[in-house]
Order: sequence, then C-alpha cells, then structure tokens
Amino acid sequence: MQLAFAAGIVVGLLAPAVGFFLVQRRLSLIGDGIGHVAFAGVAAGTLLGLPIVLTALVTSVAGAVGIEWLRSRRRAAGDQALALVFYTGIAAGVVLISLAGALDVDLFAYLFGSLLTVTRTDVLVIAVLGATGLAVIAGLYRALSAVVLDEEGARVAGVPIGALNVVTAVLAAITIAVSMRLVGILLIAALMVLPVVAATRVAWSLRSTMLLGMAIGLASVLVGLTVAYYADLPPGGTIVLLAAGATLAAALIESAREGRSGSQHPR
Amino acid sequence: MPLAVELRGVGFAYGGGQPVLREVDLAVEAGEFVAVAGPNGGGKTTLLRVVLGLEHAGTGTVRLFGEPAQSFSGRSRLGYLAQRSQLTIDAPATVREVVSAGRVPLRGLLGGLRVSDRRAVTEAIARVGLEREADRPLTRLSGGQQQRAFIAKALAAEPALLALDEPTTGVDSEAQETLADLLERLHQELGVTILYVSHEFGAVEGFVERLVLVRGDIVFDGSPADLPGIWHDPSHLHA
Repeated sequence: MQLAFAAGIVVGLLAPAVGFFLVQRRLSLIGDGIGHVAFAGVAAGTLLGLPIVLTALVTSVAGAVGIEWLRSRRRAAGDQALALVFYTGIAAGVVLISLAGALDVDLFAYLFGSLLTVTRTDVLVIAVLGATGLAVIAGLYRALSAVVLDEEGARVAGVPIGALNVVTAVLAAITIAVSMRLVGILLIAALMVLPVVAATRVAWSLRSTMLLGMAIGLASVLVGLTVAYYADLPPGGTIVLLAAGATLAAALIESAREGRSGSQHPR
Repeated sequence: MPLAVELRGVGFAYGGGQPVLREVDLAVEAGEFVAVAGPNGGGKTTLLRVVLGLEHAGTGTVRLFGEPAQSFSGRSRLGYLAQRSQLTIDAPATVREVVSAGRVPLRGLLGGLRVSDRRAVTEAIARVGLEREADRPLTRLSGGQQQRAFIAKALAAEPALLALDEPTTGVDSEAQETLADLLERLHQELGVTILYVSHEFGAVEGFVERLVLVRGDIVFDGSPADLPGIWHDPSHLHA
C-alpha cells in the first residue's frame, strides 16, 4: 500500500499537469488513444518477457508521435488519426496477449488498475519518469501556454509549434506508462482530463487552473487509493469516480457563484 | 534601410486550385501604416499570411526587412492579430497572462520572465487601456476588450511589424472606434510598421497613409484621398 501511495503522488500530480495542455487544445481524447497503444506494449512485454512499463512506454511514445505526425502533416483529420492509432493499438494488444496466453486476471489489473501489482522497481521507474515529466512541464510552461493561448500568433513569432506538440504528445505517453499500474490503461485518460475540467470551473487564472487541477488529481488519487484499499475496490475506478465527483462539485460551485453574483459575461 | 515588406511577382493557390494571388508586387517601408482592403475572397488575408510566412508563395519572392520571409531571423518581433482574436480556451487566462505570452518568443522556450519583461507587459497593458482589467480573466471581458488584450500581447514583443487581420470583425462600433484611435496613437508614438487587413476599407481610410486594394492582384495602391470614387461603391468592389 505504501508503494501504491508513493506511485500515486507522482501520478496524481503528473496526469493533470499534462492533461491541462491537452484539454485547453481540445485534445482530451488523445490520452485514451495512447492508452490503447500502451495496451499493445503491455502485451508485447508479456509475450517477450521484457519489463512491461518499458515496453508500454516505447509503444505509447511511438503512438503519440504517430498521432501527432498524422495530425500535423494533415494526412488525416485529428479524430481519424486518433481512431487509426486507437484501434491498431487495441487490436495488436489483443493478438499479442493471446499469443502470450495471458488473457487472465493480471491483464485485468493493467486495464483497470491494481494496488497489488506495484513493485519497488515500478515506484523507482515511476518516480524518475514522473519527475522528468514535471520538470519538462515546469521548464516549458510559458512556451506551452503561449501555444495554448494563441497558436497562430506563436507560430508567426517563431515559436516551434511542431516540436512543442511532439513534446506534449510524448509527455502524455509517459504519463500513461507511469500510471497504468495504478489507474489502468482504460481509465488514466480520465485522470488527465477530469481534474482540469473541474479546476477550470473554479480557478481564477491559467496558472491557478493548472495548479488546482494538480491538487484535485492528487487528492483524487490519495483518497481513491485509501477507499479502494479499505473497501476492496479497484483503485482506477474509485479514483476516476472521485475525480468525476470533483468535476460535478466544481460545476455546482460555479453555478452557485454565478447565481449569487447574477453575473452575465459581457459580450 | 531595407523595406519592411517586399513582394515581387507573388502568386499563390490553395491545393493547386485557382490562383488566389497573381503577380503581386508590394513594397512597404519601415514605419508605414498600410491598409490592405478588398472583397471577401479577394486574397487579402492570403496576402497577409504569405507575408508572415504562414503560407508559402507558389511563385515570386517575399522578404521581411531584407530577409526571405520563410527564414526571417527576427520573427520574435512580428506581432500578429488573427481574425476574431478572442480566447478559444475554457481556462480563465488573465489579461496579464495573455500579454506575457507575447514575451515568450523573445526569451526562448526555457526562459523565465525578467524584470524588464514584466515592465514591458505592464506598459503594453497600459497602452491599450486595460490596467484595471489586468488580473481579470479574459472570459469576463467584452469582445473589444479581449481584442485589445491580444493587441497588447503583440505590443509586448516590441514588434517591428504589427499585422492585423480583420480586427473589426465581431466587435461593436464603439470598440471599432477605440481600436482606430489606439492604432493611430501606436503608429505615431512607436513608429511601428502596421499592416491592417479589412474587407471594409471605409473603417480605415480615415487614418491610414496608404491603401492597397486586393482582388487577386493589386488594383489600387495609394493614398485613400486618391481613391477613385467608383471604388467607394461596394457593388464595383465586389463585382
């Protein structure tokens, strides 16, 4: 349980920090697509007897870069690029996992998260990758925000949009690889998106939206793990339900605040 | 001193279709305030995008301050206000955060803001008259105020060239007048080169030095006072 908590702190902070930039750019579903590619990585790792976090990381990064390449070259519309990678990933995963003869309970843990599968080595890998991801976000925060706020203006001013988009996609891939043990491949995208959506309703600036999103993500993970442990529930589902509850609560707070002030946005 | 903008024999077509621009020659001196007008579909926005390097000219050459536009080394000093420059994200970004983004190209990807950057941001916000709204989210401001915030963002980069694409679209007449006054003042005080694209040149002819009418190619280039009366008839322009 201590190992799960240690990994949870990293996951709870990293997922909304990366999700913040995806949500603002209307790319909320990209995490779902990369998650399905990570499934192929889990299957490949199982089949080949390699470290599963590593194989999931490699396939996730490849999928993320592939989606970004298809989008940026306009080889396919954004949703089509996502669909192509999404279905190829899940299909490859099913075939590989079947070849490995591992259609069992362990697979279920990767899909929906588990408290028991987190090892010391996992925590070390998650800590290193998570810290790297957070450091990259801290360093590039202003540049990534400039793209979010005015992509065309940033492009004119010489900001390397393509490189920053690839960095964002790779960060999303890292997040999925480090989070799949705890939250599960099929649910991690929700932890990237829901805390940010909740924070957007009650925050007062761009920076506060990101920080509040990270706080909601962290609280959802830590409370979710505790509830899952004592109630013997799957951690991924519990964490995501808490994040969804936070989103609902934030929407209610926003409605109450607007109702009290009677505020109408000026046109 | 090199020309701010120089186009020689520029032609452009989207995806191999009908040409939008044909053999366009245009020279803009540094410090000029030029309005580029014309009918919808006449190619004025395309012309601006080609100038800024957002589109590649199919034929001819495009230079910014003496350098090829595509590889222009002073991009951080280009200010651009796209059509309907309003916040497209849901997060409540404040005026100061939006304007601060204008300093990012000057500082590089990893650079934080210095004291001089914060001062430039505060000055840019003051220039557009949004001091009292500096820490308010843009989502709480009117369309005209949001537009001024984006102009402040462009100004924060201390631009050598300020390009505005249909800046009066979607804002009320009061905001349009405020914008006209603001641009005239910025031009006089900062001496910045301004390219102002609009489909309704009546909104700008009163305060620009030079009017360029585009309809595939350039059909008029001169002082608004010299514009033949027939061009004031919209049916002629759009024919």
